Amino acid sequence: MRYMQPSTAKEAATLLNKEKGKAFVLAGGTDLLVKMKAGMVEPDLVVDIKAIKGIKEIKKTASGFTIGAAVPCAALSENKDLVKTWPGVVEAAGLIGSKQVQGRCTMAGNLCNASPAADSVPALMAAGAKVVVTGPKASRKLAVEDVPAGVGRTHLKKGEFITAIELPKKAARSGDAYLRFIPRTEMDIAVVSCGVNLTLDTKGVITHARVALGAVAVTALMVKEAAIAIIGTKLDDAAKAKLAAACSAACKPIDDKRGTVAFRTEVAGVLARRAAETAYARAGGK
Amino acid sequence: MGVLVQTTVNSDPVEFTCSEDESLLDVLRNRMGLTGAKEGCGTGDCGACSVILDGRLVCSCLVLGAEMNGKRVETIEGMAEGAKLHPLQQHFIDGAALQCGVCTPGFLMAAKALLARNPNPSEEEIRFGLAGNLCRCTGYDKIVRAVQSAAKEMRG
Amino acid sequence: MSIDSMTPDLVKKHFKVIGNRVRRPDGVDKVTGRARYGADYNLPGQLVALVLRSPHAHALIEKIDTSKAEKLAGVKAVITSKDLPDHTQGDRGLLDILENCMARKKALYDGHAVAAVAAIDAATARKALKLINVTYKILPHVTDVDEALKHGAPVIHDHVYTEGLSEKPTRPSNHCKYAEYGHGDVEAGFRDADVVISRSFKTEQTHQGYIEPHSVTASVSPDGTAEMFVCTQGHFVYRNQCAALLGLDANKLRVTASEIGGGFGGKTHIWAEPLALALSRKANRPVKLTMTRDEVFRATGPTSSTSVDVKIGAKKDGTITAAFAELRYHGGCFPGNWAELGAMTSFACYDLKNVKSVAKDAIVNRPKTAAYRAPSAPMAAFAVESVVDEVAKAIGMDPLDFRIKNAAKEGTKSSYGPVYGPIGIGPTLQAAKNHPHMKAPLGKNMGRGVACGFWFNFGGQTCVDVNIAADGTVTVAQGTIDVGGSRASIAMAVAEELGISYENVRSIVADTSSLGHNDMTDGSRGTFSSSMAAIFASRNAVKVLRERAAKMWEISIGEVEWKDGAAHAVGAHHGNRSPLSLKEIAAQAGTTGGPVAGHAEITADGAGVSFGTHIADVEVDLETGRSTVKRYTVIQDAGKALHPSYVEGQYQGGAAQGIGWALNEEYVYGKDGRLQNAGFLDYRIPVCSDLPMIDTQILEIANPHHPYGVRGVGETPIVPPLATLGIAVTNATGVRQTHIPMSPPRVLLSLMSKMK
Repeated sequence: MRYMQPSTAKEAATLLNKEKGKAFVLAGGTDLLVKMKAGMVEPDLVVDIKAIKGIKEIKKTASGFTIGAAVPCAALSENKDLVKTWPGVVEAAGLIGSKQVQGRCTMAGNLCNASPAADSVPALMAAGAKVVVTGPKASRKLAVEDVPAGVGRTHLKKGEFITAIELPKKAARSGDAYLRFIPRTEMDIAVVSCGVNLTLDTKGVITHARVALGAVAVTALMVKEAAIAIIGTKLDDAAKAKLAAACSAACKPIDDKRGTVAFRTEVAGVLARRAAETAYARAGGK
Repeated sequence: MGVLVQTTVNSDPVEFTCSEDESLLDVLRNRMGLTGAKEGCGTGDCGACSVILDGRLVCSCLVLGAEMNGKRVETIEGMAEGAKLHPLQQHFIDGAALQCGVCTPGFLMAAKALLARNPNPSEEEIRFGLAGNLCRCTGYDKIVRAVQSAAKEMRG
Repeated sequence: MSIDSMTPDLVKKHFKVIGNRVRRPDGVDKVTGRARYGADYNLPGQLVALVLRSPHAHALIEKIDTSKAEKLAGVKAVITSKDLPDHTQGDRGLLDILENCMARKKALYDGHAVAAVAAIDAATARKALKLINVTYKILPHVTDVDEALKHGAPVIHDHVYTEGLSEKPTRPSNHCKYAEYGHGDVEAGFRDADVVISRSFKTEQTHQGYIEPHSVTASVSPDGTAEMFVCTQGHFVYRNQCAALLGLDANKLRVTASEIGGGFGGKTHIWAEPLALALSRKANRPVKLTMTRDEVFRATGPTSSTSVDVKIGAKKDGTITAAFAELRYHGGCFPGNWAELGAMTSFACYDLKNVKSVAKDAIVNRPKTAAYRAPSAPMAAFAVESVVDEVAKAIGMDPLDFRIKNAAKEGTKSSYGPVYGPIGIGPTLQAAKNHPHMKAPLGKNMGRGVACGFWFNFGGQTCVDVNIAADGTVTVAQGTIDVGGSRASIAMAVAEELGISYENVRSIVADTSSLGHNDMTDGSRGTFSSSMAAIFASRNAVKVLRERAAKMWEISIGEVEWKDGAAHAVGAHHGNRSPLSLKEIAAQAGTTGGPVAGHAEITADGAGVSFGTHIADVEVDLETGRSTVKRYTVIQDAGKALHPSYVEGQYQGGAAQGIGWALNEEYVYGKDGRLQNAGFLDYRIPVCSDLPMIDTQILEIANPHHPYGVRGVGETPIVPPLATLGIAVTNATGVRQTHIPMSPPRVLLSLMSKMK
């Protein structure tokens, strides 16, 4: 196995593109090293992106936040502005693994590992986040929900890797929240999860909503019907019931060692309701 | 083949060569003889291999040795000052916060990292701060109490 | 030396050293990372060993081609079962052990070892494993205990015929053993009852979950001697079994125990140790074999999964008139008597006129079952205590009062046979009733559970050497492995007997060549038996000290007594003699007869049974089925707590394991018979944030058969939690929980079924 640590994004993309064998991007390494240990992957080349200039920085801009792809999740909760503006995204990213994993793991890695249960993904989707994808010749942007292609697969082309995650400017009277279900209190992979982002008008009526579910299909799901169910409401009980039903209906889960179809379907609705309540309160509702 | 790495381990400058795919845990245990960090699982699920890397608590089984270049690592072997134990170490002994002791180095690293950021943690903050470290012997009760009493002493 | 003269009919009650919370001798090493566990031992020139394991639950091994692996540069030895010939001389139990260490004709479970390699480094060993070609013929498998007992199930061993039936069966089956315990007439008892409750329960398979994977560093010399550094709960047992399997005399294999990173019963069996020795012998170099976490889950010794039926009848006044249980457990792929053990413990807490337990032990395509801290008892207690709770509710009696009314006491004929001496079940129940936990108010969606449990505690063969150095300090060599601080307790016992301070006594765990045979640290026997042997060895040393003092004073030994760490001349005419301290006598040892020592080689009989009662408060999220333990209390009889902190530690640790077992831990098998969750990510043991503080209360009802009244305490704490939490969750949800673990999907399903 070869290990390279390029200092520019272009260099990294070129290395990835030129590699004839199996090339992997290394940021936090908390998925890659686990897969290597299990014998699931045998990299020929590992490209460590952490030395690329700016890739470990969180920048607050006029149009939102730009989070470098190598920012460890622990650093997200240390950024007061980010916590204040996007508490749902920060709390989602903060749930990945343990304190030890938090010191290394990244949202970009979480997204590209493309587990259906990735914690940061539903929250990023609900927030309307985009990723900056750098290739050997050019860069492009993708909506987060357009990155995962299936279990363990993304829509990135050979030679491409994520250099940053962009969070949009937060509208006034908005709030986001993320909840996941795990049997213990820490350390587990999400059995089912939900990210909700709401915008209210001055009367507390929901004008915009984005609802995403994790761990209930091969990729995280945007659930339009769930958003429609609560837009125009003040998240009363009837709206919440419709929201929960829409989420349960959108689930395409499996039975596995972490949960059953019936359980995931039922709890998706419960979490959506609870996450919506939190997001609503954060948006200034009630 | 092989990577030359220059790093600082417990304040000592260290230089070594390792394979590209060797983990930091392997390097510590097999090349440096620092066997305090343990391999309980190799997949970042038990915390027995915990070390502090540039001030952040990490699982050394999830870091490549090659990534250590230019970085600073603290292991359990550097926690005491010569023969003088760190308050956490002393309180763990005095409070019977270890039984078999195999998880203890990892817990001490995690507790040290926790108190460095939060010198006066609540019981809940301690429990969540240590949630990445598995213990099968103690039920965590005496571990939490030892961290509380050490934190109190360290606050002066 | 006759034991009778040492038999403690008088239990000591006043102590100078015992009962203090002293610092353990291995503490500093363990907090600084200096302590050496199994994987911390390295020998010069050692090779790395890896094991190739079957990916099939049940398969004939038609062919193993190791030729390519053997040719790989850097590979020094490759072994299969051919390299482990049968030296067992017809001992079927020993042959089963050998076959579990490495498959012979069949792979019996997913993870069963089929070959092993030793190479110059791990990367080469991994490459070598890939080059071994195994031809399997997959056979139908069975992993469920009830399925395995059914007619028509795939029969795993064709030499196993059910033992214990009145007529030996004509055909082999997976039902390896049948046993019955009890007395009286349960049919008549049920007829007398006002209320009869009958229920069936299931518990899933769990693993001891010790944080340290098995590791052995073995070296076989061309002269036929060998040494092993290994983490184990019983290095003498490992020596005896490994030597037997490799065709070595026991004294040719020297086993040194490393510090142990948890065992709980899982390190009382040999797993890969014979493979390391066989590889070393073939390669003529030391070999280090460390298991991965995946291998620990797939190929060591988890508990049994079980299926239990319980029926209890009682009168309106609360008297239990009859109790019946049928317990179906499995030993994994080899015969065991786990159901039988469960049958023995099931009704042990109660004074019953009519009781019957029936045990059916089965064989399934799972790894060989090993002991897990009070093996078989937690599952039986879950079933029995749940029905006890239900019967109490049915007759409208407080469940604690119901238990107190029927509790076993001194003189009770136990359900498994012996008559009890003084025991703690009544006192722990009473203490639970009086405990502030019982009066604490319950919040919304919360339920409280109370349950009790029992474990036998064993004695076994134990040797201790006490050696006094010329400077008056004392070294103690014990042969029982220290899993939780027993070196401190043993040193305390020696200090107590010699009348010196704890700081002057140091205990080590000796290797197998330095001491006589010691049984494993299991059965809660570690402190109980080692302390007993240490006390006897110390008393022997005291006799020698008195002899030396007598010699130094030129008087008879009858005129010398030992008190407060010194020899005193008794009798008025010796009034002017200053006492001779241990230090002074030791300094003169060279001229009075040589080094001063005391030994004891005993079978420690009379281990007292230990009872416990637990109280738990659980909050259940009724929309997701998720349980949170809000408060937990352990009340248990220790006989005498030599070191209270370590006794508390056993109570808390056992309770925590039971909580994990009750709520989240289970082996998940696919339809293909393969284990799906062989790691700490998906085999979910409690993390720090899952648990509250665990309160403990130590009762001391002295065991009359130990000089200080000690009872073994380590195992009983894991017995009540499944039941305690089962009852608590039942009370929180209003639905009787009958399947462990009570994972959120199961509890939610039970809630949704109730609503229908």
